[in-house]
Amino acid sequence: MSVKAAYDRARAENRAALVGYLPAGFPSVDGAIEAATAMVEAGCDVIEIGLPYTDPMMDGPTIQDAVHRALVGGVHLADVFRTVEAVAATGAETLVMTYWNPVDHYGVDTFARDLASAGGTGLITPDLTPEEAGPWLEASDAHGLDRVFLVALSSTDERLDKITSVSRGFVYAASLMGVTGARTAIDTGAPRLVERTRAVLDKNGRDLPVGLGLGVSDGAQAAEVAGFADGVIVGSAFIRRLLDAPDTASGVAAVRALAADLAAGVRAGRG
Amino acid sequence: MTIHSERGSAVPAPVPDAAGRFGVYGGRFAPEALMAALDELTAEFEAARRDPVFTAELTELLTTYAGRPSLITEARRFGAEAGGARVLLKREDLNHTGSHKINNVLGQALLARRTGKTRLIAETGAGQHGVATATAAALLGLECTVFMGEVDTERQALNVARMRMLGAEVVPVKAGSRTLKDAVNEAFRDWVATVENTHYCVGSTMGPHPFPLMVREFHRVIGVEARAQVMELTGKLPDAVLACVGGGSNAIGAFHAFIPDTSVRLIGFEAAGDGVETGRHAATVTGGSVGVIHGMRTYLLQDEEGQTIESHSISAGLDYPGVGPEHSWLHDTGRAEYRPVTDAQAMEAFALLCRTEGIIPAIESAHALAGALQVGRELGPDATLLVCLSGRGDKDMHTAAAYFGLMPEGDAK
Repeated sequence: MSVKAAYDRARAENRAALVGYLPAGFPSVDGAIEAATAMVEAGCDVIEIGLPYTDPMMDGPTIQDAVHRALVGGVHLADVFRTVEAVAATGAETLVMTYWNPVDHYGVDTFARDLASAGGTGLITPDLTPEEAGPWLEASDAHGLDRVFLVALSSTDERLDKITSVSRGFVYAASLMGVTGARTAIDTGAPRLVERTRAVLDKNGRDLPVGLGLGVSDGAQAAEVAGFADGVIVGSAFIRRLLDAPDTASGVAAVRALAADLAAGVRAGRG
Repeated sequence: MTIHSERGSAVPAPVPDAAGRFGVYGGRFAPEALMAALDELTAEFEAARRDPVFTAELTELLTTYAGRPSLITEARRFGAEAGGARVLLKREDLNHTGSHKINNVLGQALLARRTGKTRLIAETGAGQHGVATATAAALLGLECTVFMGEVDTERQALNVARMRMLGAEVVPVKAGSRTLKDAVNEAFRDWVATVENTHYCVGSTMGPHPFPLMVREFHRVIGVEARAQVMELTGKLPDAVLACVGGGSNAIGAFHAFIPDTSVRLIGFEAAGDGVETGRHAATVTGGSVGVIHGMRTYLLQDEEGQTIESHSISAGLDYPGVGPEHSWLHDTGRAEYRPVTDAQAMEAFALLCRTEGIIPAIESAHALAGALQVGRELGPDATLLVCLSGRGDKDMHTAAAYFGLMPEGDAK
């Protein structure tokens, strides 16, 4: 099973796929499962479960805050796998987004095995580039998992080639030179990055979707991104709903409403 | 890069290799957004170090601004307490800004200017690296932002004021443990967003390639000078070179010229805080395990799930859960030894140097001095020990005065 199936279904409906991110264990292990389930029910095609880590180098204040609370709340790797299992049971393709050290420390092959047996589709690895990914390339092959690497505005064509040639599932385009967090405007370089990535994929005869992340916070922005990318990735805006809610139930309701707004956006994006 | 020796011997394995790996350590575990900048920096550094104009400018700044070469001071009364060994102090504390940090910062600041960057960012624990970066930025007309854990801004308030006086913006980091590791995270976040015009002036031999190599090369001057000075003074090589190790920049600078001299023991002293066995420490090599942090594979303090464990040390400058990858490699190959020194042992040596030599050391450096007391007593009166006195203790006076109960009534925190 590959996350590409979700992209293909969206493509068949002439729309972009909607990808939602939440860290495991926030606001609680069960609360995260509830919120992710609501996201799927309201129209998210793919769910990224964040693995809470003490040194989230690429994350802005919203995700840092949520992850910190998850860790203080006592979340463990077993909870991450349990969350993946519960979310995957909804039928949505479920990936884990993680910094490299927890995987490295657990054992790359063992991690891949446990993720696959929990029903996970693959990993998104923001601080692992193809140069250091040897053990993960082997383990993901052995366990049939997707491997989603990031491309950035600053990536050269040579690097786009190297990154996309080892990617499986989809390619994660980081639309801004910056950390995660909702923005008011989508950077104008984003369409160009998606276009350059597609050109490299085409040149190599590879059919791989390109999802765009970092900064989308509402349906109108989702529509804008859906106009040129295969997938719209949203994280901080969902977390913000949970952080601002007085309790989990109202947080989950707000997450559901945002997912519905974004799902309408990805459908409106191509007119 | 092969390590060249003036004696014609050479260490066989070139380290780091082209990917920045020291054996299995180092490398680049960094966001893709930074990879282009890291490639550019690697190329610019390699070009600059071979460019006579660049090296001449750096040498001139080191000589006329930083105060190099730094002195060697023979610590006779201190040596008497160290088993009678001959203790030679490499006086990095006499450099401008009061520590070895200026060597690296002047190099990186010149490199930043050469590559057209207009802004420096830095992370700092005790503030020594932040002060050095603010200084170099002022000198070269660059903007400067320094990230510092909120806890450290409190215990090193004087250095915060110094940085601000020099025109730098100091950003207290409130995330995580609010110490050096979180300041490093915040600096990386800033860099990802500003890499077009900003150079991240990394403060130790850590981070993704090329930083561990580059920082080492800018600090090699410590050992190169010291080796010649000790030879001239004593007619022979020292028996051991001793330095404190947090990230490990002064240690690698002191060690590097001696690596081919296999008769010379290289010993790094890590901050053991309350004691390695208590779990409250920053002794990364002694009490850590191999993993990935801040862009490099190295020894780090982590729990059974790969989460970073917060470090503890009385010295803000050593309070870091990782260590430079070259130290991990030197440890595994056995070329260098790493030993823990507790807060109490360091403070005892701190006081002893003050009373026997009239020198107030940085608490970081006091860890190496505590090591000298141990090693001197082991090796006896025939031994010659070269100790890197990495910084002066002005910034630590509040901590030391509180520790020894020297504050006036009501002032002690």
